[in-house]
Amino acid sequence: MRLEASDLTCIRGGREIFAGLSFSVDPGEILLVTGRNGAGKSSLLRMIAGLVRIAAGRLVLRGGDPERTVAEQAHYLGHWDALKPSLSVAENLAFWVHYLGGVGPVGQALETVGLDALADLPAAYLSAGQRRRLSIARLVAIQRPVWLLDEPTSALDRQAQEDLARLMQRHLANGGLILAATHGPIGVDGARQLRLGSAA
Amino acid sequence: MSPLVALFVRDVRLAVRVGGGGGIGVLFFLIVVTLTPFAIGPDLALLGRIGPAILWLGALLASLLTLDRLLAADHEDGSLDLILMAETPLELAVAAKALAHWMTTGLPLVAATPLLGLFLNLDAAASAAVALTLLAGTPALTFIGLIGAALSVALRRGGLLLAVLVLPLTVPVLIFGVAASNAAIVGPLPFGTPFTILCALTLTSLVVGTFAAAAALRHGME
Repeated sequence: MRLEASDLTCIRGGREIFAGLSFSVDPGEILLVTGRNGAGKSSLLRMIAGLVRIAAGRLVLRGGDPERTVAEQAHYLGHWDALKPSLSVAENLAFWVHYLGGVGPVGQALETVGLDALADLPAAYLSAGQRRRLSIARLVAIQRPVWLLDEPTSALDRQAQEDLARLMQRHLANGGLILAATHGPIGVDGARQLRLGSAA
Repeated sequence: MSPLVALFVRDVRLAVRVGGGGGIGVLFFLIVVTLTPFAIGPDLALLGRIGPAILWLGALLASLLTLDRLLAADHEDGSLDLILMAETPLELAVAAKALAHWMTTGLPLVAATPLLGLFLNLDAAASAAVALTLLAGTPALTFIGLIGAALSVALRRGGLLLAVLVLPLTVPVLIFGVAASNAAIVGPLPFGTPFTILCALTLTSLVVGTFAAAAALRHGME
């Protein structure tokens, strides 16, 4: 399945963030979205996630499920972690697995990100890096072909960054697509770059 | 577990756990009703006459107390983003959240009413009548309040705006709730007349509130 965007325009708060943006992402490919702060990286990811209105242009996931929107076939890892502090680590993940239609056992996903020992800890006690890893566990437990990652390596230590790179490579090897907004290297080779805010 | 059941259970859990605001409504209700006899003085006849109105006012304000966090909390931590990206329709999701809110806020108010009726010189039958009208009417308060919560979702301290938006819409519920209670206590109107209108208001608000709130959320997501 291929993600095709043609002539995308984004208007937020009355300001035009970007216009006429066209690109495509093939299966097994990762696209790095780079640019200065305010160039529209987060807006682009949120637009694909269906959270920001597409002012103009088209977005299509070719070969995807025709009954579902692009957003319903995508994971969005944003700046907030969607965790409830009074629920435990396992309860938080189990809720999203049930709500977003995952079938993966929660224990396995927690083990993959190294949080299985903390499964019963209330999420309020997690560090920033642990919270980010719990969000990543959501991507592992629920199968969706498109990953929209907004600065995924922020708050992660070196080990966790390598683990994430490994997870991303596995996702790509299974035919998934990744769009990642990032300021620095992300640990996956051969990534194409989409630079926002440079051309007119 | 189906997605909606999971959402309902999660919201109930959150309300019941420490800091979730589950008991605040009942506590506020208790305070309002306890203070009223002190404010009005030892006029038992007067207390008995306005008792249903005080209980209804207390229930209305108590319901509104935690409504502003209902959707704003999910908006702030990014949960609303993910809820919008799920296959479950947003309308059903907000309805499940509102139902969880009613069960953890409205239903305890109904349960506390017979005890609180004692403070207001209401006998058992009168308290039971008020409790029944609250049972029928508090869902309407939650679902109408849902509209205000959705409109003020992105505001940090949206509580006041929510109250301003929602209170006028809850006035019919208040009128018919008190009318039904008084009809049961003193007549002359048969209880059924205002009570069925109250039930109709609730049923209408279940639908209108759900769809209006979902539309407001979508619009607010830009």
